[in-house]
Amino acid sequence: MEKDKITIGGDSDEIVLDVQDLVVHYVLEDETVEAVNGVSLWLKKGQTLGLVGETGAGKTSTALAILNLVQTPPGVIKSGSINVCGANVLEMKPAQLEKIRGKDVSMIFQDPMTALNPVMTVGEQIAESIRYHEKVSDKESLQKAGEMLELVGIPAVRAFEYPHQFSGGMKQRVVIAIALACNPKVLLADEPTSALDVTIQAQVLDLMRDLKEKLGTALVMITHDLGVVATVCDMVAVMYAGKIVEYGTIEDLFNTPMHPYTEGLFNSLPNIKDRKAELIPIRGLMPDPTKLPVGCAFEPRCRYAVEACKAPLEMRQVSDTHSLLCSRYEEPGFRIDMKRGERAHG
Amino acid sequence: MAEKIIEVRNLKKHFKTAAGMVHAVDDITFSINKGETLGIVGESGCGKTTTGRCLLRLIEPTSGEILFNGQDITKLSKRGMNKIRKDMQIIFQDPYSSLNPRRTVFETIAEPIKHNKILPSGSTKADLERRVVELMTTVGLAERLINTYPHELDGGRRQRIGIARALAVEPQFIVCDEPVSALDVSIQAQILNLLKELQRDRGLTFIFITHDLAVVNHFSDDILVTYLGKVVEKAPSETLFENPMHPYTKALLSAILIPEAGANRGRIQLRGELSSPLDPPDECRFAKRCNYYCADCDKGTPPLIEVAPRHFVACHCVGPNGQNSLKLKA
Repeated sequence: MEKDKITIGGDSDEIVLDVQDLVVHYVLEDETVEAVNGVSLWLKKGQTLGLVGETGAGKTSTALAILNLVQTPPGVIKSGSINVCGANVLEMKPAQLEKIRGKDVSMIFQDPMTALNPVMTVGEQIAESIRYHEKVSDKESLQKAGEMLELVGIPAVRAFEYPHQFSGGMKQRVVIAIALACNPKVLLADEPTSALDVTIQAQVLDLMRDLKEKLGTALVMITHDLGVVATVCDMVAVMYAGKIVEYGTIEDLFNTPMHPYTEGLFNSLPNIKDRKAELIPIRGLMPDPTKLPVGCAFEPRCRYAVEACKAPLEMRQVSDTHSLLCSRYEEPGFRIDMKRGERAHG
Repeated sequence: MAEKIIEVRNLKKHFKTAAGMVHAVDDITFSINKGETLGIVGESGCGKTTTGRCLLRLIEPTSGEILFNGQDITKLSKRGMNKIRKDMQIIFQDPYSSLNPRRTVFETIAEPIKHNKILPSGSTKADLERRVVELMTTVGLAERLINTYPHELDGGRRQRIGIARALAVEPQFIVCDEPVSALDVSIQAQILNLLKELQRDRGLTFIFITHDLAVVNHFSDDILVTYLGKVVEKAPSETLFENPMHPYTKALLSAILIPEAGANRGRIQLRGELSSPLDPPDECRFAKRCNYYCADCDKGTPPLIEVAPRHFVACHCVGPNGQNSLKLKA
């Protein structure tokens, strides 16, 4: 995919995040977990990319690598490059990394209950990040912390309270305030709403969408929920066994999904508009990440698989914005039958 | 009229805490017909799990009646209860913590069979093994896994063990407490299809407890929407989705994230969060978060009234014929 053509949702041509051929393995005593196997993605200022996949697809490992936070050992970033605002994160010294973490790129973790320090007031926790990156007095940083709380919809007076005094949704708002305190160019959000109730999830997602538009932050939204993707993202990357298997705009992915795995994900979801519709699960299980096949990793579960799928394969471009990893498309005229996709059209 | 397998009348469960009385389940009444599924929906803290457990008396209800096949089980002795649990089972939410890590698949599934003497007397170990393998096949577990331990298996397979264990005693009624929320979507669909198939083949009756409205719609005949221990709306699934009347149900339905491009804009937003279940005052528990108001909002707890056949709503603003006087709050 040519980067200069992708401007959907972005408000400029500035590429703030550029990941190329990232490979992350976890080397254990007698086996190697191949978590991420050649992921390439990029984001322009203000764009939102949804990184979708099931447990073990390599979503979180990709995000941790972007912050150079993969724990070593056992984790090893085998190859690839990661540029955040033009600087290669993988070549940085620890001191340089500390400067960009929280300032240029920050992360929201899945579980707000464990992401906060229980013995520090929430105001202090927000101010800490501001003081670290900006030359401000304690008083100024605390005042800014209060402003950040207001921004995420919490009264500034609550800055003096401790995490246990907040509910789950409120804690996640505090975590968002910390992540955004230094106005980062890239925000990585790892399942930010999975631990929350549905009505609270709706509140937090709307908040994130508003803030993203207001601040022009590029957002990587890691999730297993295609509904969340449809709500906040401009672009989507579907991951399976450490690889991106389909990449495109929201319209590409939701209106004309092409990869058999993407089809499987859609067909596994109950359709709210048709309660009698049968669920069509994907048969079998995720492959063992220590013994990945050379060819397509989805081949053993795929209902379109043929012998040729066992050969190594490469990403193919199907339109300016849409690409996928599936060798069946070598055959002219090959299509998935995707019931739900057709319904979305009609 | 279909035969009622479960009838719950005025079920209450209050927990005493240092801070006050937690009204986890507060006066819930419902019934389920044989072979049907009742979905109980709500957010954390609405009392849905407590309700499920009270039905099996895994938690002792504070008051109320639970009629199982016409017999009030709240009055049964421990021994009587043990006997009846053979007919009512539960599938738990978390397939990781609901299995004994030191028991193999065989031991886990065989235990209820032995305990409840399901096999005719004089049966041998081989008979028991045959029965376990049969159950494993029913839920889609390969026979070779019979001697594995839970830690060797993934979430989907563990949940299948939980289902096989529940089926082992040939129950009529199963409480499914968020059986798929801990699983990945592709596995979720496998388990949901399995449960549906079992229901069709064995005429099972289910209570399906979940926070996921898309799942409950797919699965249930009737739906009970609960909020802070109270039922706010009860209706057949189709009615509830086509014509939700309670403001909370409307907000819940609007919070469903539809996986379609361009969907999910302009949703109803609820203000604030769940209020405290500690000693709730006699008023509409949802009023503080509600986007609507009417003149009667502060006039005590709204009763659950039938506004259309089989459609019940507990809201002061919805009249007996379904006409509503809802006004948007400023």
